[in-house]
Amino acid sequence: MNKRITLHRDLPKCLTGIRGLDEITNGGLPKGRPTLICGAAGCGKTLLAMEFIVRGARQFKEPGVFMCFEETGPELAANVASLGFDLPALIRRKLVMVDHVRIERSEIEETGEYDLEGLFIRLGNAIDSIGAKRVVLDSLEALFAGLPNEAILRSELRRLFNWLKTKGVTVIITGEKGERTLTRHGLEEYISDCVISLDHRVVNQVATRRVRIVKYRGSAHGTNEYPALIDEEGLSVLPISALGLNYPVSAARVSSGIPRLDTMLGGKGYYKGSSILISGTAGSGKSSIAASFANSVCRRGGKCLYWSSEESPEQIMRNMASIGMNLSQHVRKGLLKFHSVRPTLCGLEGHLVSLHKLVTEFQPEAIILDPITNLTAVGDDAEIRAMLTRVIDFLKSHGVTAIFTSLTAGGADAEQTEVGVSSLMDAWLLLQMVQSASERNRVLYVLKSRGMAHSNQMREFVLSDKGIDLVDVYVGPGAVYTGAARLTQEAHDKAEALMQQQASARHERELEHERHGLQTKLDTVIAEQEFTGKLEQQRTESVRRIEAELAKVRRADRKES
Amino acid sequence: MTKSKVKKAVTKRWQLRLYVAGQSPKSITALNNLKQLCETHLPGEYEIEVVDLLKNPKLAAGDQILAVPTLVRKLPEPVKKIIGDLSNEVRVLVGLDLRPA
Repeated sequence: MNKRITLHRDLPKCLTGIRGLDEITNGGLPKGRPTLICGAAGCGKTLLAMEFIVRGARQFKEPGVFMCFEETGPELAANVASLGFDLPALIRRKLVMVDHVRIERSEIEETGEYDLEGLFIRLGNAIDSIGAKRVVLDSLEALFAGLPNEAILRSELRRLFNWLKTKGVTVIITGEKGERTLTRHGLEEYISDCVISLDHRVVNQVATRRVRIVKYRGSAHGTNEYPALIDEEGLSVLPISALGLNYPVSAARVSSGIPRLDTMLGGKGYYKGSSILISGTAGSGKSSIAASFANSVCRRGGKCLYWSSEESPEQIMRNMASIGMNLSQHVRKGLLKFHSVRPTLCGLEGHLVSLHKLVTEFQPEAIILDPITNLTAVGDDAEIRAMLTRVIDFLKSHGVTAIFTSLTAGGADAEQTEVGVSSLMDAWLLLQMVQSASERNRVLYVLKSRGMAHSNQMREFVLSDKGIDLVDVYVGPGAVYTGAARLTQEAHDKAEALMQQQASARHERELEHERHGLQTKLDTVIAEQEFTGKLEQQRTESVRRIEAELAKVRRADRKES
Repeated sequence: MTKSKVKKAVTKRWQLRLYVAGQSPKSITALNNLKQLCETHLPGEYEIEVVDLLKNPKLAAGDQILAVPTLVRKLPEPVKKIIGDLSNEVRVLVGLDLRPA
């Protein structure tokens, strides 16, 4: 996504190195100016500020000063050590300087005119000693608690920010959120260049972090609230909703792992990078179809991510082994990665961010989200739809083929998904349980598949220890049969056909017999006819002979004919 | 005005340190106020150390100095900080525990 960063010539910016933040700020914080980070307690202000310093030192070779008014240096180092930031090492290498400023109101007595030159000198000395380019003041508001004279403080703060600008350092100032103002003591009135607000909201007992750029003078920036996540690698902000519908598409196909299903999908399977929805009632085999796709991807040597919100990896592997799929071998080879998580673990945004991270790190070719309907536990349909749109956009922009399974509640309209996402999908396989006689059978059909001539046929879907097979359903006059009924009907048909065959054979034999009889008769007639002819000839000859004899006897003088 | 001992006593009961930033009017006022006050209330019992942060910026961190001028009562303990040009004598005396608040 780094393509999206466009540096503006007119306003120099300072990359933070924090995932996503540089995208939404269009290239970082204003260079050489102060930025205010505000938010309520525990929303990650200090963390963001610390990441700015540490990443600046590590990634951009820009030394930084972290002046903390609340925590001591060792406390701070311990807090960020869990994020893999080795603060003491950076301090030893003179890349970072942490200065703890302690103000105790009870120890201070005010006795006349003063200024904050001491703070200026301290900060100036820290900046000069390591050649700092970045400065964090966390949080200046402690000054308001520690120093009694607010008038002096305010004029000194104004002087401080002007002075910092002349030092050419990029500054982050943190401030606690106030009642109606961005910060409790109105720091925002001194910092007019860039204000970023952090938020940690709890909705339905699920907390979600959000980041918003309140203002950014002289620069284009994302204006939305962006979901953010703090994990073992620090803060990440997701600029997902900024993406447009302009990802490249592929005409390549990937096998679904079920040969007959590939046949149904125009003979070649899914489109690479498309989103496929598999919906069906409980137990209709959604996961099995999804897993067989995962299996086929891994067998080709591709990487697949399996996001499950229902079953543990072990359980999935055991269950799939029962239908002849050995997924554990792919896990061992590092081709298949499970991410099993209860939906209520974090908010939708949290899931979004973790998915984002997993995909970016693991770089899978395919991903399975099984099932998406469980997300209803942490958001309403509109939110889930918005989240899935982001997921789909994100996956498509990465060319990842995605399979989403969706549970259709029993009795609900099968052609309506729980979370209303079908229109976002490129292909939709519908699984149904067909009840007949005393059994339920699985039926699969392709409800839609964009851009391919897919089959309009229903197929019976049979799970056995050899895997998944699709069988033609029995489409007879007036009824569709599956399972035992199909077998019965097929057997019945077979018997009927045999009987018919036997009957026609018998009939043929009879005809043959008859033909034979007639032939014999005909032969007799012919023989009789011949015999009669012969007799006639003999008679004629004997008559002639007698006549000749007679003529000889009468000595006839003329020849008689 | 460098880091200089105004009174050369080895161990006095009162050890005071005044942090200033250069020869600013506030710094000069503070030092004059302090000397006068000590002579009045603590004759012979005090020792004043003046630290110019412009010359020794590193010393600002040690006593957690933000405001200038700041008077730090190192002894007797506990450490007390008095900020400002020390023009409000009553408050200075309260700050130094020389008079109940």
